[in-house]
Amino acid sequence: MKNKESSDFNNLTPLQIVQIARQIQRPTTLDYINCIFTDFVELHGDRNFGDDPALVAGLAKLDGCSVAVMGHQKGKSTKENLARNFGMANPEGYRKALRIMRIAERNHKPIISLIDTPGAYCGIGAEERGQAEAIAKNLREMTELTIPFVTVITGEGGSGGALGIGMGNRVLMLEYSIYSVISPEGCASILFRDAKRANDAALAMKITAPDLLKLGVIDEIIKEPPGGAHNDVQQSASNIKSAIIKHLGPLLSLSQRELIADRYNKFRKMGFFSE
Amino acid sequence: MISSTLSIHAWFKRKQKEKETPYVRERLDIPGNLWVKCYKCGQAIFNKELEDNLKVCPKCGYHFKLSANERIKQLTDNGSFKEIDPNIQSKDFLNFTDSKPYGKRIIETVAKSLLKDAIVCGTAKIGGQGAALGIMDFSFMGGSMGSVVGEKIARLIELAIEKKLPVIIFAASGGARMQEGIMSLMQMAKTSAALGRLRENGLPYIAICTDPTTGGTSASFAMLGDINLAEPGALICFAGPRVIEQTIRQKLPPGFQRSEYLLQHGMLDIVCERKQLKETLTKILGWFNEK
Ligand SMILES: [Zn+2]
Repeated sequence: MKNKESSDFNNLTPLQIVQIARQIQRPTTLDYINCIFTDFVELHGDRNFGDDPALVAGLAKLDGCSVAVMGHQKGKSTKENLARNFGMANPEGYRKALRIMRIAERNHKPIISLIDTPGAYCGIGAEERGQAEAIAKNLREMTELTIPFVTVITGEGGSGGALGIGMGNRVLMLEYSIYSVISPEGCASILFRDAKRANDAALAMKITAPDLLKLGVIDEIIKEPPGGAHNDVQQSASNIKSAIIKHLGPLLSLSQRELIADRYNKFRKMGFFSE
Repeated sequence: MISSTLSIHAWFKRKQKEKETPYVRERLDIPGNLWVKCYKCGQAIFNKELEDNLKVCPKCGYHFKLSANERIKQLTDNGSFKEIDPNIQSKDFLNFTDSKPYGKRIIETVAKSLLKDAIVCGTAKIGGQGAALGIMDFSFMGGSMGSVVGEKIARLIELAIEKKLPVIIFAASGGARMQEGIMSLMQMAKTSAALGRLRENGLPYIAICTDPTTGGTSASFAMLGDINLAEPGALICFAGPRVIEQTIRQKLPPGFQRSEYLLQHGMLDIVCERKQLKETLTKILGWFNEK
């Protein structure tokens, strides 16, 4: 059974990977925080408007060392998902994340961010409170952080909502997660004028880990247990932990100036054009 | 002001009409077309009169979209604009095909628009003061941001740092260029990172949102001004009104996501009419330039 499953898993279409990334049983950010870190203290609120349950953040220890950790939080049932807004953060979520990034920076502690969101929330309040500004500001401020910063995409990397906490010096990605500028369904309905052509859109946009590694958007693919992360949360968490520690190591020896330059150069060189 | 004699019926009809307007395409460039119909108030305007009025409807004040070249002519001191990086062009690096291959779409759009991509960058003088100036052009694939827009903005900002110039960017964009997949998202990171550097170097950035400024553009450089300006009535948002209506299945408040609404909600410093724009920018630059 396991063998059949894993051989089928070698031939997944991008849209099937999207389905795995979105699976309701897929481990959430809090599942991973509990397995990977110790002494987690969740912090709340943006000191401005409110607290956002769709984005959790706090203090924790990784292998005995103090770090800040944050990530989008989905639910495992409809009820939980309603409480967590399906992992779609509001501006106050992004502002809380930035507040805690700055605490980490002032105290010279590394930051780990975990990405799992369909996208930033699209609603009246989110617009009124400046969803665009909140994300834009995070993008600018993340490049200025003087501490090591590692991002792991664990499920859905939904556009600006993902990038809003995702500008690590290193960006790692679980095998069956996705990272995309728009959902395949959204892309299909806009460019292909047919939401049912999500498969074509998923294929065309190159949203899977191997494609993103080739494009230079991510630095490493983290293996998932056979059948996907939900089949063995401990194993998946342990793979993530090893990858974080491996990539954090070399960053710890960089100076503040080098860390900023490293992050600037990483994103500065992204893009393809001719001249 | 809605006249009190207007019947409910007529009012409702007008409301519906108002609601539809954002999605109507402007058709101004038909050769030999002496008259233009304002698509907000519906009045016919003599084309020459519209041009003389900076492409603002003399009857209702509606701001028509400007091309990058028109903006340069209206705003910069005569002959002062010097373009940089004019030859950077988009590339179909994903072999992306929707209704047509992206590569073909680029070639056709370049031929039709006489632009190389959706932004023109350079240095210029405004009211005698130097600035690094980026101007998006909506007519090039809806002003979408792909690798070229991101690269040109990053280079513009790096040039401004080198020459110690303030940066002014006019946004006019439907958002990310989906034909470049994830790379269009990465341009948000790239442009915002460059603006971080500009700020560390103590140089000002003035962002100007024009109709429309949405999605990946609003969620990066367009909202990051030390001073954020907008033209009246511009649609400025993260998610478009139709997406929000579909998500929340609820009517949107009047004026939602227009410049004046954003001003009320604290997202903009000034909603500036086009005829005041040069003077306003001159004053702002003058404030920063005082040594
Ligand atoms: Zn009019």
